[in-house]
Amino acid sequence: MKRLNSLISCTALLLVYLVVKLLESRGILLPYHVQILSLCCINIILVVSLNLINGFTGQFSIGHAGFFAIGAYASAYLTVHLQLPFVLAIICGGILAGLAGLAVGLPALRLRGDYLAIATLGFGEIIRVIILNTDAVGGARGFSGIPKYTTFGLAYLTAIITVVVIRNFVTSDFGRACLAVREDEIAAESLGVNSTYFKVLAFAIGAFFAGAAGALFSHYLQYMAPTPSQIGFVKSIDILIMVVLGGLGSITGSIFAAVFLTIIPELLRGFAEYRMIIYPILLIVVMIYRPAGLLSGQEFSLSNLAKHFKGAKAHGNHS
Amino acid sequence: MATTAELMVSNLSVQFGGLKAVDQVCFSLKPKTLGGLIGPNGAGKTTVFNALTGMCPVTSGQIRFKDKQLTNEPPHVIARYGVARTFQNIRLFRNLSVLDNLRIAYHQNRKYSLLCGIFHSPRYKREEAQITAKAEEMLDLVGLADKGEHLAGSLPYGEQRRVEIARALMLSPRLLLLDEPAAGMNPQETQTLLELIRRVRDELEITVLLIEHDMKLVMNLCEELFVLDYGHLIATGDPKSIQRNQRVVEAYLGGNGA
Repeated sequence: MKRLNSLISCTALLLVYLVVKLLESRGILLPYHVQILSLCCINIILVVSLNLINGFTGQFSIGHAGFFAIGAYASAYLTVHLQLPFVLAIICGGILAGLAGLAVGLPALRLRGDYLAIATLGFGEIIRVIILNTDAVGGARGFSGIPKYTTFGLAYLTAIITVVVIRNFVTSDFGRACLAVREDEIAAESLGVNSTYFKVLAFAIGAFFAGAAGALFSHYLQYMAPTPSQIGFVKSIDILIMVVLGGLGSITGSIFAAVFLTIIPELLRGFAEYRMIIYPILLIVVMIYRPAGLLSGQEFSLSNLAKHFKGAKAHGNHS
Repeated sequence: MATTAELMVSNLSVQFGGLKAVDQVCFSLKPKTLGGLIGPNGAGKTTVFNALTGMCPVTSGQIRFKDKQLTNEPPHVIARYGVARTFQNIRLFRNLSVLDNLRIAYHQNRKYSLLCGIFHSPRYKREEAQITAKAEEMLDLVGLADKGEHLAGSLPYGEQRRVEIARALMLSPRLLLLDEPAAGMNPQETQTLLELIRRVRDELEITVLLIEHDMKLVMNLCEELFVLDYGHLIATGDPKSIQRNQRVVEAYLGGNGA
């Protein structure tokens, strides 16, 4: 059964890729559309990785854009100035962001709740200001002339890797320890879980993938500007909204929310200035009817869906 | 005598600001004993538990468990030494399934690496199957074998208490500390609990120390009692002698040598 499930998933994932490629070659999907699909993949990586920190481990971080920025600038520097192959640059960007996650996480994760949120917000701004003042990456002028290496295929593959790794992580003993820390830190400690270790571990893994997403992003846009909306707190809040909308602790929820909130603003372009009214209204409506997010703590899967229907049927038979 | 003791608490003091919650308490527990820690409200019983499990700082004194020093070690290290506990106000992971609650407690015995976990390697699968089997075994022991898939928070109070005991047992502890395990239980549930605790001690051969206000349970179950009052240990002995002890009667009923 499990084997069949993963076979179906693999086929479906491959099929999506082939369909996109086919539609692109036929000219039905314009480069603009493919761009948005790539952006969806990048956002999936960001949202799923932040969900690991906020949703699964329960550490409220709003500095995710800081790690994203480190990955974006570091990888761009590596490909532009050192001519490193792109894949290597993505990995280096991720590792650097992960190390930053370790360095920030060790002191910051002693804080809880609001204090942690403020500390991570501060960290994100520190990164942005450092970049703003570093001439080697363009300073305030921004980093231009980044080669366009990010393809849809690469973004798609990285998103899949991210989702699989984080899903496997949270269903392993390591992920269970993170859940325990989220649910009740004192009880977790009494069961032999070193809560600081798992908070920092989740933080570092989340930061690594945010860095990888950054690398994909800078080689997708070809230009990075040290503005709040691109690498500052506005970006962090954007990612956070997607996490909350999708549901804390739900990977599939994060994927839905990332795709939904990436595409919606594009679809609303026709409404011009009304766009910024419709978008928040949509968010408010979702939060009223699904306060815990679209899929809070649950995962969408075919077997769960089948179980749900079977359950409903059995229930119907009883009554 | 001292050499055979498993748990040795000597001159333990815990001070919060100007308040001496626990003052110069000494006691020891032999292996496989069912010990009871009793005393009026606010006597410092839970504080002793918190000190034993590293959840509040020890001001002075020493706690030895077998050959290990527990004094001021962090809680997760003490858990690794084989000391497990439950809480007065149940601390289950309410939003997780009962089985997951138990699986988490196997954490310290997990051998597969982070990479095995991330790639769901054959080793991961083998060990996870073992962990689940162990969790089911413990659930069976506390009589909740059919409740594994339920959310822990959705169970009735008495069952939650038993899940918490099963979870503590997942650590394969040598010493089990139970903080008011019968609180809020009806007489029938209390009787089941009494049998469960006895079974746990006999089958798993572990030392148990419990805090309890239900005197019927304490007198029936415990082999050795320690009575605390205002942070001081005022009496030690078997249930019969404690019942006759003048100082204990005074502590509970008041009076001044009357």
